[in-house]
Amino acid sequence: MNKTVNQKAWFLVLPVLVLVAFSAIIPLMTVVNYSVQDSFGNNEFFWAGLEWFDEMLHSERMWNALGRQIAFSAIILAIEIPLGIFVALNMPKSGVWASFCLVLMSLPLLIPWNVVGTIWQIFGRVDIGLLGYTLDAVGIEYNYTQDFFAAWATVIVMDVWHWTSLVALLAYAGLQSIPDAYYQAAKIDQASRWAVFRYIELPKMAGVLMIAILLRFMDSFMIYTEPFVVTGGGPGNSTTFLSIDLVKMALGQFDLGPAAAFSIMYYLVILLVSWVFYTVMTNLDKRDGV
Amino acid sequence: MAKITLDNLAHSYSDRPTSEDDYALKELNHDWADGEAYALLGASGCGKSTLLNIISGLLQPSQGRILFDGHDVTHAPTAERNIAQVFQFPVVYDTMTVRQNLAFPLRNRGADPAYVASRVQAIAAMIGMEGTLDRKARGLTADAKQKISLGRGMVREDVNALLFDEPLTVIDPHMKWELRTQLKTLHRDFGHTMIYVTHDQTEALTFADKVVVMYDGRVVQIGTPQQLFERPAHTFVGYFIGSPGMNVLPADIRGDTGTVGGSAVALGGDYGTPAGNTELGVRPEFVRLSAGGDGLPVTVTRVEDVGRHKIVRADAHGTRIDAILPEGAPLPANADRATFDPRGVNVYADKWRVAPVGEAA
Repeated sequence: MNKTVNQKAWFLVLPVLVLVAFSAIIPLMTVVNYSVQDSFGNNEFFWAGLEWFDEMLHSERMWNALGRQIAFSAIILAIEIPLGIFVALNMPKSGVWASFCLVLMSLPLLIPWNVVGTIWQIFGRVDIGLLGYTLDAVGIEYNYTQDFFAAWATVIVMDVWHWTSLVALLAYAGLQSIPDAYYQAAKIDQASRWAVFRYIELPKMAGVLMIAILLRFMDSFMIYTEPFVVTGGGPGNSTTFLSIDLVKMALGQFDLGPAAAFSIMYYLVILLVSWVFYTVMTNLDKRDGV
Repeated sequence: MAKITLDNLAHSYSDRPTSEDDYALKELNHDWADGEAYALLGASGCGKSTLLNIISGLLQPSQGRILFDGHDVTHAPTAERNIAQVFQFPVVYDTMTVRQNLAFPLRNRGADPAYVASRVQAIAAMIGMEGTLDRKARGLTADAKQKISLGRGMVREDVNALLFDEPLTVIDPHMKWELRTQLKTLHRDFGHTMIYVTHDQTEALTFADKVVVMYDGRVVQIGTPQQLFERPAHTFVGYFIGSPGMNVLPADIRGDTGTVGGSAVALGGDYGTPAGNTELGVRPEFVRLSAGGDGLPVTVTRVEDVGRHKIVRADAHGTRIDAILPEGAPLPANADRATFDPRGVNVYADKWRVAPVGEAA
């Protein structure tokens, strides 16, 4: 068959190109522009080359924020993924209660980030918050504005409360797609509950769980609003994650150059991890297709 | 291996069944003899799979008992019944290799590893998968997966019964014959009680010693293929088994003569005067067509040549009559009469067969 060659077809791509240019490429290039220049205000810029990148790579502040960020993402993934699977396994498979559970689980997902932050900020206050007051009343030392451990616990529990539903819903969808015959065959084969989970449920959920891990990783790695509203990054810098630090640097200190270099590296890290996930996921699919 | 007894068994999927129609499986008493191969034959939705799942314990019956060798297992879990079951769609454990799949039922029961290895080899040889034992089950074709399911069903030697729920639906036609033959060989060699659910009459008739025909939640006949062919107990059996199925003609019955649309038909015996809605059942194999002479006036509407023989479709007073012409026999020109071989005529009252006077029940 002869291919029809018509260069005018490029015009069809134009609208998308314009849209992407305005939504992503131009803003990103502005950041690139800032990252290689220095400014002392008055809209005067001086060429700085890769100086800011060099500075950021040797900045203890950035490495600390990155460390906290990795710790945070690792902890919430380690809690939310198993907990989400556990919740999904225990949800009713059909009937009114299944719908009830689904609605109940979706509720936290519908609440805007800053509202979630505010809810927990108040909830945890020792003077008027139910959680803070109760903990204080039973004699547990709890003050998220002063205590490192309390601050981390609050931020983590808040994220778990907000996002475990997402993992549970995805895992539930994976479980629902397993035909009954699998469970029946497992009974006939006298498989233990663990074997059913290990050899039937987990493999069937693998695809959606990869998506869940990817989504939760990216979201938690970029988290800003919730911890900012609750702890403001404190006490000290103990809950200052990458985004919070970035905003402090860019808008608080108005260090545009270093902040721009920082955000480009931040962006590259997320891109790299997402690419790794994508590759692993497509390889999983390929294994299915053989 | 065990004799399986169904005692007053019935099942309804509704919590509070009010009428008989609510029952997917109507009251049933039956013994499945130890070591026999049964086929459970019926159209979709007639209760075959329900019955099978009750036997394997995946479903609890609404009423009645089920006994294995006299032990009541009605409420025993599947594991205690020691039964193997193969499902319509292949079930394999994707992340395991073929070998691990086959070994799984034995390993779960804590069998000796050397024994497991030898059984897996034997089964792999039987299903022709020795070469792929170390492949992951994920990504195999549907037939290969179903062969693994069959293999997992057969790997245990001590099972009370082997149940098959339309296992060959997804298998290629040429593999079907081969696997069915292997199942028969297996049955001959090991003498397991086997129950094979199918809606395919050829499959049922070639596999089983005894065929159990179900219709609308009820067992309508249990018999050898020959009995089902010659003496269908219910018009459904006559219609469902045979290709084409039995002709059913409304008729008045008086002694040894039936009257169909004003024409007399000789019956093979004395039927008295059965009550109810009476009909004659004649298999197409026993219908002869001729031009003129005695017999039921018919109009030939179509002739289908299926290779080995010809099927003639005819119409008698609005009732369809099918006839099979023996190999090589031509259809007489202007054929307009149908006669029936009295040996092949059965009498039905309200859909159930009436035995002629003097026939052993």
